Amino acid sequence: MKNILLEIKNLSVSFFTDYGEIKAVRNLNLTIKKGETVGIVGESGCGKTITALSILNLVPAPGKILQGEIKFENKNLLSLNNEKLREIRGKKISIIFQDPMASLNPVLKIGEQLSEVFVFHTELKKDKIKEKVLKLLKNVKIPNPEIVYNSYPHQLSGGMQQRVMIAMALALNPKILIADEPTTSLDVTIESEILKLLYSLKKKYNLSILFITHNMALLSQIADRIYVMYAGEIVEEAKKEELFKKPLHPYTKALLEAIPGYKNNYKKLNYIPGEIPNNINILPGCTFYPRCKFGKKICYEKDIEIFEKSKNHFVRCVL
Amino acid sequence: MKKMNNLTHFSYSKFIWTQFKKNKLAYYSLYLIFFLIILAVLAPIISNDKPIIMKYKNKLYFPVFKEYPEFVGVNFKNFTKNNKEIWAVFPPIKYSPTEYDLASILIPPCKKHLLGTDDSGRDILARIIYGTRISLSVGFIATGISLLIGILIGALAGYYGGKIDIILSRFIEIIICFPTLILILGVLAIMKQSIFTIMIIIGIFGWTGIARLVRAEFLKLKNQEFVIAAKALGLSDIRIIFNHILPNALTPVLVSATFEVAGAILLESTLSFLGLGVPPPTPSWGSILMQAHDYVDFAWWLIIFPGLSIFLTVTAYNLVGEALRDAIDPRLRT
Amino acid sequence: MKEYIIRRLLWTIPTLIGITFITFIIMHLIPGDPAALKVRMGTEGLKSDEVARQIIEETRKMYGLDKPLYVQYLKWIKSIIKLDFGYSLKDRRSIKEILKERVPVTLQLSVISTLLVYLISIPIGVFSAIKQNTLFDKIVTIILFLLYSLPSFWLAILLIMFLGGGEYLNIFPIYGLSSDNAASFPLWKYILDRIWHLVLPIICLTYGGLAYISRYARAGMLEVIRQNYIKTAYAKGLPEKIVIFKHSLRNALIPIITLLGYLLPSFFSGSIIVENIFSIPGMGKLAFEAVLSRDYPLIMAIITISSFLTLIGILIADILYAIVDPRISYEKNE
Repeated sequence: MKNILLEIKNLSVSFFTDYGEIKAVRNLNLTIKKGETVGIVGESGCGKTITALSILNLVPAPGKILQGEIKFENKNLLSLNNEKLREIRGKKISIIFQDPMASLNPVLKIGEQLSEVFVFHTELKKDKIKEKVLKLLKNVKIPNPEIVYNSYPHQLSGGMQQRVMIAMALALNPKILIADEPTTSLDVTIESEILKLLYSLKKKYNLSILFITHNMALLSQIADRIYVMYAGEIVEEAKKEELFKKPLHPYTKALLEAIPGYKNNYKKLNYIPGEIPNNINILPGCTFYPRCKFGKKICYEKDIEIFEKSKNHFVRCVL
Repeated sequence: MKKMNNLTHFSYSKFIWTQFKKNKLAYYSLYLIFFLIILAVLAPIISNDKPIIMKYKNKLYFPVFKEYPEFVGVNFKNFTKNNKEIWAVFPPIKYSPTEYDLASILIPPCKKHLLGTDDSGRDILARIIYGTRISLSVGFIATGISLLIGILIGALAGYYGGKIDIILSRFIEIIICFPTLILILGVLAIMKQSIFTIMIIIGIFGWTGIARLVRAEFLKLKNQEFVIAAKALGLSDIRIIFNHILPNALTPVLVSATFEVAGAILLESTLSFLGLGVPPPTPSWGSILMQAHDYVDFAWWLIIFPGLSIFLTVTAYNLVGEALRDAIDPRLRT
Repeated sequence: MKEYIIRRLLWTIPTLIGITFITFIIMHLIPGDPAALKVRMGTEGLKSDEVARQIIEETRKMYGLDKPLYVQYLKWIKSIIKLDFGYSLKDRRSIKEILKERVPVTLQLSVISTLLVYLISIPIGVFSAIKQNTLFDKIVTIILFLLYSLPSFWLAILLIMFLGGGEYLNIFPIYGLSSDNAASFPLWKYILDRIWHLVLPIICLTYGGLAYISRYARAGMLEVIRQNYIKTAYAKGLPEKIVIFKHSLRNALIPIITLLGYLLPSFFSGSIIVENIFSIPGMGKLAFEAVLSRDYPLIMAIITISSFLTLIGILIADILYAIVDPRISYEKNE
């Protein structure tokens, strides 16, 4: 229980739209330990990105954080004012997004965008900053740092752009790196390179990573502990090996079975029938019930609480 | 709070309409435009110096709709004044826009003339009501002409691409370069002044924006699968252009057309203001303002009312156009 | 980037040729024999048909009007390059002289008004976008929309009525550029007097552009603020001011700066309406007078120069865009 770097308690985030209140995140609890890679997995729309954005208070309108506490370094991040929040962002906790092309400012050079992190968080002088930036680019295995320093984002390939994003995020040695689907928009070969890079950087700097993805197979490679999210809630939490060997929640099982080749079943492509719920009209009981193979009456009578079924293995299911 | 029902039959136009309705101002503007159209159509029975129905010597007459040989040149108001033998129903505003009364020139608004009179004693309210006809008809027809030319050229340029596109695009660019107002003035100065000339001229110089828009849409759509499928079925180009691609390209064109109408109405008033619009004595809002310039010291009613009419009409169209544009924009959907 | 500019320049050549060609054809479609028109300059009254016909024939030969059309076309092109547009029918003076007098007047108005437009609308638009949906934004949006739909000639007359003497306030003069005795003023008084005369016309010239550019700036800024790279900027811990001014503004201003190119022709041709209402002796008034008096050489000269400037303006806008947006001019590296 020591070594907890970040703790999210009872987080609820909703979007207030013309169609009603979309409860994107409901009473979420999550912890990240030092040096850990924590994965959050779930289908699109389950609330994983919003959870990540909440940590740095970047939830866009019309979303609002309704309740919750995010404890980091003995402070509640959600209660900080803008000034204090700025000290955390980019310096102690960084985030990289899914589409690197869209995440870099098209009219500013790469060098400029990287230098900014130093300019606004440190007191270093210009030439020192340039030195550091070039070093950063080398660290993320970018071949021609000088050329890239003077390039614009659109002149680089997708893989290079994402490396730049990683460099930007790790510039000041943050304690936590939040990676929101960082490889989803990249080719598979580039994806594995980025993953290797993240792994080596993690080792080098003893970084904690919060890795968000919809791809279970990815997490099997890099995660230490995994949270499975569905319809704004955590439905299962376990260490990686435990989760893959003994998945408890039907949704987790379905996700695993959907991986081609899982348990050597290459003959059939499994899928999960039905659609994700719209989070506006939430029925009592288990939200996964409509799509669950094993659903019984007990599933929809009362709301299901998450509990520790076996050591360090939590699940929100009564079956 | 809206309910997300099962959308069993999704109609794009219905969807756009519901999005549009959310904009209250635009919705009411639509009412205003509708009201103006009714005003324009029914003008003769709203404001006229002839009765709508008249019963004289046991015969029914409808002087508003028909010229009767026995009543040529008759001033109906005097005729029916204290004549007990006649039963007549006059329009609510008992003035025609061209009826002048030299004893009542430049009167400010009063009970007799609700919006005052101009320098020939003509009732301003009547002139404004009839002015609606000019504004709306010029607006719609000129835009119609612009649409015809613009859609045709834009579709051809976008669909065929290549050399045809290059030539047509250069052509569009050339037309854009010419100073529209000066050319219109020049043409109007040479030709006989009539409402038709104005409609055609405004229409001929207003199609370039639409053409570019249609061209862009066609360039986007022609590579989509439904077009390739149509070609594979052996359909002729013209059929593909008009029956398949065009209906899909029309939504942004609709927005553009709305703004075109606003622009055409504005242009027509400007031309009338400069003296090159519809020939007198046909009333146009712009021509009333032209007169106002001569009496600007005191004749505020000549300035405020016609100006307000132009302003409100143009604003209404702009509001509708903007709301339509927002309704179509997928990113603004909530 | 140089390649882009050169390519763009080459594309304007066919359009340029097209413009001159069409202008030339229009000139020859105008009713009236060009030779006879020129003759009216020389002989006041035509004495007898014989003499007139002879003079016309000689004039024809003298001006090369008997040569085939394409020769005339080339001759004409040569002369306009030298800015020799011939002589005004009404004035008998060389058009070049007339332009030299009028253009600076119009320039005063257009340069000042454009500066004001950009200086005022960019802050308004940006501020409105940052404070989206606050009371400030809502009020500003409504005001801008109303200004946008306001007809300029109506505003001009309203200003004259309420601020220019007559029954209401008498603050500003309503015609001309300077008071009658301005020539005897000391310099500072002359300048003040000029400014005093320019206030109303500049208001009329500026409000429209202000409304348009503010809305454009607001829309552009809103679009940019929504982008992912702005989220990244906040995530990096950058202060709000930097995110707005360095990251958002630079992107949002790109389309606005390029609009400057499109404003180029109006610097020359001015506003026909404003100059006429306020009796300002600039290009706009000149164009209108030329149209009314059928001064064809002058009209054609104005149209030709205006078209050229529009074309160059579009070119400048595109090149400015390439300079300001690196995505257009810088090619991909690896």
